[in-house]
Amino acid sequence: MAHRLSHLDTLASEAIHIIREVVAEFERPALLFSGGKDSAVLLHLAAKACWPQRVPFPVVHVDTGHNFPEVLEYRDQQVAKLGVRLVVGSVQEDIDAGSIVEQPVPGATRNRLQTYTLLRVLEEGRYDAVFGGGRRDEEKARAKERVFSLRDEFGQWDPRAQRPELWNLYNTRRQPGEHFRVFPLSNWTELDIWQYVEEQDLELPQIYFAHRRTVFRRSGMLLAVGPWTKPRDGVASEHAFEATVRYRTVGDMTCTAAVESAAKTPAEIIVETSVTKVSERGATRADDRFSEAAMEDRKREGYF
Amino acid sequence: MELLRFATGGSVDDGKSTLIGRLLYDTKQIFEDQLEAVQRTSLSRGDEYVNLALLTDGLRAEREQGITIDVAYRYFSTPNRRFIIADTPGHTQHTRNMVTGCSTSDLVLLLIDARTGPTEQTRRHAMIASLLGIRHLVLCVNKMDLVGYSKARFEEIRDEFTGFSERLQVYDLTCIPISALTGDNVVDRSPEMPWYGGPALLDHLERVHIASDRNLIDLRFPIQLVIRPISSEHHDFRGYAGMVASGVLEVGDEVVALPSGFSTHVVSIDGPDGPLQEAFPPQSVVVRLADDIDISRGDMLCRPNNRPNLGQDVSAMVCWMAERPLRAGATFAIKHTTRWARALVRSLQYKLDVNALHHDSRASELELNDIGRIHLRTTAPLFYDEYRDNRETGSFVLVDEQTNATVAAGMLRHPVG
Repeated sequence: MAHRLSHLDTLASEAIHIIREVVAEFERPALLFSGGKDSAVLLHLAAKACWPQRVPFPVVHVDTGHNFPEVLEYRDQQVAKLGVRLVVGSVQEDIDAGSIVEQPVPGATRNRLQTYTLLRVLEEGRYDAVFGGGRRDEEKARAKERVFSLRDEFGQWDPRAQRPELWNLYNTRRQPGEHFRVFPLSNWTELDIWQYVEEQDLELPQIYFAHRRTVFRRSGMLLAVGPWTKPRDGVASEHAFEATVRYRTVGDMTCTAAVESAAKTPAEIIVETSVTKVSERGATRADDRFSEAAMEDRKREGYF
Repeated sequence: MELLRFATGGSVDDGKSTLIGRLLYDTKQIFEDQLEAVQRTSLSRGDEYVNLALLTDGLRAEREQGITIDVAYRYFSTPNRRFIIADTPGHTQHTRNMVTGCSTSDLVLLLIDARTGPTEQTRRHAMIASLLGIRHLVLCVNKMDLVGYSKARFEEIRDEFTGFSERLQVYDLTCIPISALTGDNVVDRSPEMPWYGGPALLDHLERVHIASDRNLIDLRFPIQLVIRPISSEHHDFRGYAGMVASGVLEVGDEVVALPSGFSTHVVSIDGPDGPLQEAFPPQSVVVRLADDIDISRGDMLCRPNNRPNLGQDVSAMVCWMAERPLRAGATFAIKHTTRWARALVRSLQYKLDVNALHHDSRASELELNDIGRIHLRTTAPLFYDEYRDNRETGSFVLVDEQTNATVAAGMLRHPVG
């Protein structure tokens, strides 16, 4: 018998190894769960890494208050199915408490504000290692981040002072107040994620698959008409129409765009992803369009 | 589909970023929006042509200075293979990044500027690849368009490098004349160099045989985690989780647990997708044993008649990665397989002169990016093999106990007599 692993099995094995290193070497891990496909794969792998035990650490969701209802429903379903504890950090509560101030524009994105809530929840939970579903193929700043990425007591990332990461010998030592962000899916690509979803028959929120939705076009992107985003009066280019769309990423409704697509299953999405011409973030995330260094700047501040 | 990991090396300006940009672009991994961003930046900087190198320069400081600071990982695939590139910067002071990139790679791709030929940096990177146990080296003689696609020039460089590499442990060396800028011999064979009969670079990367690089002989299973669920359903479950470092583990096998020395046999192996009959590297599995013996994280399973070295006095080659020099008498935290201990540097045997490959035994310290041979005494015994036989059980890192920085990459040698 040939002793060879497929690339998916190799990546899954690596991710499980990373998750187990965290369980072994940290006292208070947590897993950041957005309900998106990457965090869904991550949670699925965490369950495998801990099998036959339940996932022994909580799942943290930063709720911007601008969620797709399908995603919240999916989150609650998954948490119940795996019997894990859910910790929700509410951006709205932080706004109401006056801790952060929302831009006085209707439908302003809360993407940047959620960094405050995230850091608050991490501090309150005294988590020392926080899993994220980030992948290095997503963006140029992510391509340079370690699997075990150290954050200082302000939650900040210093890209120029990263520890060398050798073999699979992860240096997990930290000073009081510091924590790690840990990215077990670092080496996965968008296509790997979809192939794994298909292979494992993973459930995902319905918005990932083609459906009819009322949308409008803004700066070349398709945004859903909803409680927080609608075509602006007097802007001729913005008018609502119905289209068959799906989402490639899941985030704050105000800055996550849909793509026109008829793909209804992971297999159809794989075919589409194989020939697509626009990157996942470029197609669907208004937050990364402000500047070439948008992600780098947000990561430095403590964003995922 | 198989996964191939490779690192890139060479001097600044040898065209590494351009080559990687070219590989990504020609295998259609670059999306239109990414290319447009690069075109915009290129235009605003007044570049003559679209600078594919910008596709891989990740951080703002790098784009501003036109250099690469840190190891960046890139991904592409063809219908035959999935590739992970560890893109390492070419500056001398960033040798530690080359070591980092090599530590997880199957193959190293070295670039040489056809106009200048091999430099100190080329030799240094080849030496590091050899030291890190890389079996496959690909020498890309780049910028062939700037030397008139000269066969004589290519052969001159190839022969000079081959002469140097004979003194290294390079098992498989392939030399390819390319132009990353124009794409010659990168994805397709170049019409400009009909005298070259070998494969284009991508063709070689797709075919190079890596399956035999793993050690499937010596069973080593470092225990990562003991899984004992606290639930009535799995009341008596006791599993040992870990990644198979080397060898093949089968249900029914007799195994010995180190350091206790107790032997027992394997009752079951569970992989991520269910029960397995056998496990091999790099599978993450959970093993159950027939007898309830005392085993914890950092222990190791092996076969009764094939055991690793066991000792507290070890000898190793290290690459020093900190600003503060390494001297005898210093102590560090050491991580080896799944085990942490403390280590005292008993002596510095020699510093390696990377260019002449000489041993300088008068050296009293290793500075940042130096490579040398040291003797260590550890607080707990290590179960280890020589690095060249076993990357997983032959490697370690040293960590500064004050700053927690990773300060050295180590490769174990024969036991100290």
